[in-house]
Amino acid sequence: MSEQPAAAETVLSVRNLRKVFGSLVAVADMTFDLVPGRSLAIVGESGSGKTTVARMIVGLEKPTSGTIVACGRDRSRPARRGAERKLRGREVQIVFQDPYSSLDPRQSGADLVDEVLRVHHDHDAQTRKRIVGELAEVVGLDRRQMHALPKALSGGQRQRVAIARALATDPRVLILDESVAALDVSIQAQVLNVLADIRDERGISYILISHDLAVVRQLTEDAIVMQRGLVVERGLTADVLDHPQHPYTQMLRASVPGPGWKPQRTRGLLAADPRAATA
Amino acid sequence: MSSLLEVRDLTVRLRMDAGPREVITDSSFDIAAGESLGLVGESGSGKSMTARAIARLLPDGAQCTGSVTFDGTDVLALSGDDLRRHRALVAVVFQDPRAHINPVRRIDDFMTESLRILEDVSRNEARRRAADALAEVGIDDPAKRLRQFPHQLSGGMLQRVMIATALLSKPRLLLADECTTALDVTTQAEVMAILDDLRRTLDLAMLFITHDLELAGAVCDRTCVMYAGQVVETRSARLLHQDPLHPYSAALVQARPDIASTAERLIAIPGRPLSAFEAPAGCRFAPRCPHVQDECRAQDQPVSDLDGGQVRCRRAVELRGSLLDGAHV
Repeated sequence: MSEQPAAAETVLSVRNLRKVFGSLVAVADMTFDLVPGRSLAIVGESGSGKTTVARMIVGLEKPTSGTIVACGRDRSRPARRGAERKLRGREVQIVFQDPYSSLDPRQSGADLVDEVLRVHHDHDAQTRKRIVGELAEVVGLDRRQMHALPKALSGGQRQRVAIARALATDPRVLILDESVAALDVSIQAQVLNVLADIRDERGISYILISHDLAVVRQLTEDAIVMQRGLVVERGLTADVLDHPQHPYTQMLRASVPGPGWKPQRTRGLLAADPRAATA
Repeated sequence: MSSLLEVRDLTVRLRMDAGPREVITDSSFDIAAGESLGLVGESGSGKSMTARAIARLLPDGAQCTGSVTFDGTDVLALSGDDLRRHRALVAVVFQDPRAHINPVRRIDDFMTESLRILEDVSRNEARRRAADALAEVGIDDPAKRLRQFPHQLSGGMLQRVMIATALLSKPRLLLADECTTALDVTTQAEVMAILDDLRRTLDLAMLFITHDLELAGAVCDRTCVMYAGQVVETRSARLLHQDPLHPYSAALVQARPDIASTAERLIAIPGRPLSAFEAPAGCRFAPRCPHVQDECRAQDQPVSDLDGGQVRCRRAVELRGSLLDGAHV
């Protein structure tokens, strides 16, 4: 992150990013660099602004101020031409939390991936078919599953389809917005392993948006902790989780159940958040 | 310790368009007065249906065999006023509070409705009791909260309202069905602390349903693990993590990433969790089990006692102690 070597190596560079909705400061001032093959976690609770950061990076929200540079090109402002928008889509992809609402119910995984390939690359039908097969293999879906409609697939299988779709553009950065949060424990482990393999093979960088600190530990090297739009702590994931410095990070860490855990009442801190309860 | 709740050989079939579907098979467990029992499993394992069977909230046309006994009463035979009394003594708190509260009525109406109708309590008295219950779950200025609408409260606050409402009927057993899953971790800790306090001060027994093995281990005395509609292991919550008896429990413990260290690879369980009606004959976990033998597929697994727990695996004695060693993909 800040101590990482500079521009030439970074695949994504975010500087002083800010987003205000009306009187609410969703993201106050966010700065980070992402290098190829390395993963960054953005950690925080509901309303911390972590998803807003992701949405600005993929162009679903327009930043109030600040810059986002991906693969050497500025994307802080909306794309003015279709070609520019497509280019941005190729570079950074996102996988959302809910595999039940993020797929078209009338389109099979194979058709979905094929469509992305047609939009973004100039392959002939034969090549597209081969790539669809390869991507299915990468995410661990068989032929039948890849040609089934989403309703015939389980949550874990749908999330694999969503990952295959995101990989179809061959992105440099993949944003995982709570992408494994809704999955059963046994399926979550499978998907986390698939994600680790993909990163090793393709050198993609991940931004993992998550509230689950164990998943963050498993998949990322760097971590940023957000609270109410502010970055309160950043560093190596292992350091942040083993030796949290900021009181909020310490509270998050202490809230995770484990052996010998005693649930603590944390009222003081919660009451301080105006959004914890609308008065 | 005598049991407050006894579930024996419970089997539940739901009426579906395609014919009856089994969702719980031959499951047994007890909860003592004041005890907290965890019920852990993945989607479709039958844990929510177990809670619904105990509270008699199963969908129309559901058939139950076996027995559910609460404080000496046969729950499955209750009807009319007796059933209403039962539902007051056994309270349920669900996962999503917003799905269980009328959005256009004030918290006041929601909380006092059953008191006024069932116990014929005056409006003022009911309101006073509701305010006391809100104070008990740590809500400041209860009088103001009672005048508010659900959308004016955060998820954590609303879940506390649900718990307070459940307490108004002075229950002896609380069925908490994933009641902290939708909450932020710090709010979850808060709600768990409240439940833990209440359990001690009111001597409230709790069936705590969750997919989170660590959470169950932290707040429960004992844990039942369910797979495909069956309880496959019942064990003291602490021992379940250190010395699981069933291969599925061990696999669940290992599949979860560890907050304290990064694993080279997670030990994932192949395949996906099954529901009872999809499960094969013989051991239901057999298709995903790394320790499976031909005999496992051939026969239903008996439940046996082992080291203070119960386990549904014929190889449990032989495999004990080695379940957490071997890695499988």
